[in-house]
Amino acid sequence: MTMKCDIIIVGVGGQGILTIAYLLDSAAISKGLHVKQAEVHGMAQRGGAVYTHLRISDSPIISDVIPEGGADMILGMEPLEIQRYLNYLNPGGMVITSNQYYRNISNYPDEKAVLEALFKIGRVAVVDSKALSMRGGSSQGQNMAMVGMATPWLPFEVKDYSPFVRQMFGRKGDAIVDANVSVIGLGEKVGGFYKKLVDEKVSPRDAYLLMSKLDPVGLNVELAPRFIAALKGSGAADRLVNLAPDSPCNAATLELIDGHRA
Amino acid sequence: MTESGWVSRRQRSEVATDLHQAEEAQPSGGQPREPVKELLLGDEAVALAAIHSGIAGAYAYPGTPSTEIFEYIEERAKEHNIQAYWTANEKVAYEQAVGMSYAGQRVIVSMKHVGLNVALDAFMSSALVGVHGALVVVVADDPGMASSQNEQDTRVLVRFALLPCFEPSNQQEAYDMTREAFEYSEAVKLPVVVRMVTHLAHSRAVVTPAPPRPQNPHLDKTRDRETFTLLPMNARKDYVRLTRQQADLLKRSEESPWNRVDTGNGGRIGVITCGTTWNYVAEAFCGAIPYPCLRIGMYPVPAEKVRQFIEGLDQVFVVEEGYPVVEELLRSVGQTSKTIHGRLDGTFPRTGELSPTNVGKGFGLPPPITMLPTLNPLPGRPPGFCVGCPHGDSFLTIKEAISDMPDATLFSDIGCYTLGYYPPYEAVDACLEMGASIGMAVGAAHAGMKPAIAIIGDSTFSHSGLPSLLSAVKEGVNVKVFILDNGSVAMTGNQTTIAEGDKLVRMVEGLGVDPARVHVLNPNMKKMDENVRLIREELAKPGVSVIISRRLCVQHKRRNLGE
Repeated sequence: MTMKCDIIIVGVGGQGILTIAYLLDSAAISKGLHVKQAEVHGMAQRGGAVYTHLRISDSPIISDVIPEGGADMILGMEPLEIQRYLNYLNPGGMVITSNQYYRNISNYPDEKAVLEALFKIGRVAVVDSKALSMRGGSSQGQNMAMVGMATPWLPFEVKDYSPFVRQMFGRKGDAIVDANVSVIGLGEKVGGFYKKLVDEKVSPRDAYLLMSKLDPVGLNVELAPRFIAALKGSGAADRLVNLAPDSPCNAATLELIDGHRA
Repeated sequence: MTESGWVSRRQRSEVATDLHQAEEAQPSGGQPREPVKELLLGDEAVALAAIHSGIAGAYAYPGTPSTEIFEYIEERAKEHNIQAYWTANEKVAYEQAVGMSYAGQRVIVSMKHVGLNVALDAFMSSALVGVHGALVVVVADDPGMASSQNEQDTRVLVRFALLPCFEPSNQQEAYDMTREAFEYSEAVKLPVVVRMVTHLAHSRAVVTPAPPRPQNPHLDKTRDRETFTLLPMNARKDYVRLTRQQADLLKRSEESPWNRVDTGNGGRIGVITCGTTWNYVAEAFCGAIPYPCLRIGMYPVPAEKVRQFIEGLDQVFVVEEGYPVVEELLRSVGQTSKTIHGRLDGTFPRTGELSPTNVGKGFGLPPPITMLPTLNPLPGRPPGFCVGCPHGDSFLTIKEAISDMPDATLFSDIGCYTLGYYPPYEAVDACLEMGASIGMAVGAAHAGMKPAIAIIGDSTFSHSGLPSLLSAVKEGVNVKVFILDNGSVAMTGNQTTIAEGDKLVRMVEGLGVDPARVHVLNPNMKKMDENVRLIREELAKPGVSVIISRRLCVQHKRRNLGE
């Protein structure tokens, strides 16, 4: 069976989407996969909408550009930007995006509307890349957090990126390299848990709420099935809203969602 | 991947045979090749090929999507003993390249499509004098105008100059064809063009290089005064030679493996692709194009090959990025018995960039299942000024100064500052091409417009604003010229500018502008009042004033000065 993974990475000029692409395609090449990557340079890079088409396959790739309806994933550094490329998503495709609104236009829509519109896509994972980056130990690693987030949906592991993170940040010292790898690792952990929710068709809003309440550092993917079961209980969505930030991923939190202590 | 529900819409295995044939058909140096284990942009593949071809010189002016060609060479120039310079404009770059060729060295000159217009005088005449050391001209077209003011097709100008041209379809071909272009140039003693397009220039893939070749021995200059001196008596001979040479160029094109027929299932329908468009057709048909396909990768158009190819066909699809060059050839008198599908009959869009999707549509393939935006309306996000950008403050200052002058007109130029067109500034009234701002303002002033204001960046001023200002001074016309000096060629990625700071002031004065009418201001919001006062004073005076609004580009500070 041929493996192919067509990804459109989107964001606003300056958000570091080429760095994301660099890590993904370097990992792919190191695994002997075929890669093509179409980028946007020039005028649009000045704070405008930018995208990269990244194609990974175990067979030769023809076009540098992904056909409409052909992308397996849209990976976003900015939640509104996702909307611009939905025509590229294939029917089974996955949207993974940061929830960090980049408001450099005067007619930026209501943020809640942007978020709700994402939920309508169905197969979507929305994550606070800023918080993830900070918790992972870097104030500037939001794109690294998104690499990690996407990883459970990709044929890669965190260690596949490490040499290339070193290549990029090595001259800034080991601490910076380690912080970035750590952010990717934390992103991957969140992505792994989130993927269980998506695969089990938990409503995108509930999945987002849960993931934004759980402490990412203590996530335990083995508990995911129990959280999924709890979320499917009646009234769980309302109780989810009231969950404290950074709730531990443990039995106590599960009980709160179940309503046993309500 | 598969177990998590990935839909393998494209069955790549079907493609593999086709592709491997294509990939292995490359002309090769006969020695085993090691792939470069990094992804190269199409531009970088061209650059690497130039280095491997033994260039001694590389000249360019920055312009999307060609910029990265020179940048790649520049980074490696010392190591490979290459003279590499950003020049004032494409004409200068081209002329320096001709000089290096004259001296017997191999040289590359690169530019964007509209840059070739600037270099056109040199380009056209260089076809007459020919080359001594190989001269390869790489021109990157921008179909879809991602970062350009027009969509012109370099193949038209190549035909105009009667020169040969390569058009790669992928990064490997960009490398291989550029290597061949150098050999070809010295073989036929002519400049040879490589035509790139945005999505190849700015797409990455792994490239397998051939063994490098050393530089030509130094100072083997041509002794051919006659050929290289375009006095009419010599030029006539050169032109006869060039026209007589066309038969040979055509023959080489007819025989080139870059112009090749992939046989499909036979039948009465055929496809002609040029360069990258083959990718889109193949992708649209999931890798297996069901029709015979003539892939054109080298020009002049191999007319006999085309004639033979279409002979048994009823319908021909012509797929080309840019202008319908081959299509128009087919539609010319005598070919009316075939149905030609292309950009001219609406099969494919007349304008803009092609894609697997719009090409597939042209072939009548079912449209892909696509999702619509889940948010309406969806606001656009045009590019804009960076936080702290001096241009924004310059525009706010100028707008304030002319706030009570409803007839004030701002002729802008090409650069980041063209973005002053967008809200909240909405300051730009016109922008034509590099350097046009001053000339347009002068013409408008002659027609009686007042105040006629030109806005031009430091690099664009050096590129082609100088002669316009010189003329304006001579004509004593009432124009106000703002030079936005941000010390950088910012839009294309902060290349070094030719003239900035005090040098720019001396240049302006040297052109004859009265020093009392040359002012330098810092477009700082805190200095808004004094700056506005100064501008208003100048606007009230007749004649030429030059106001240099000077503050360093924030990106330049970050990238080049590490701040």
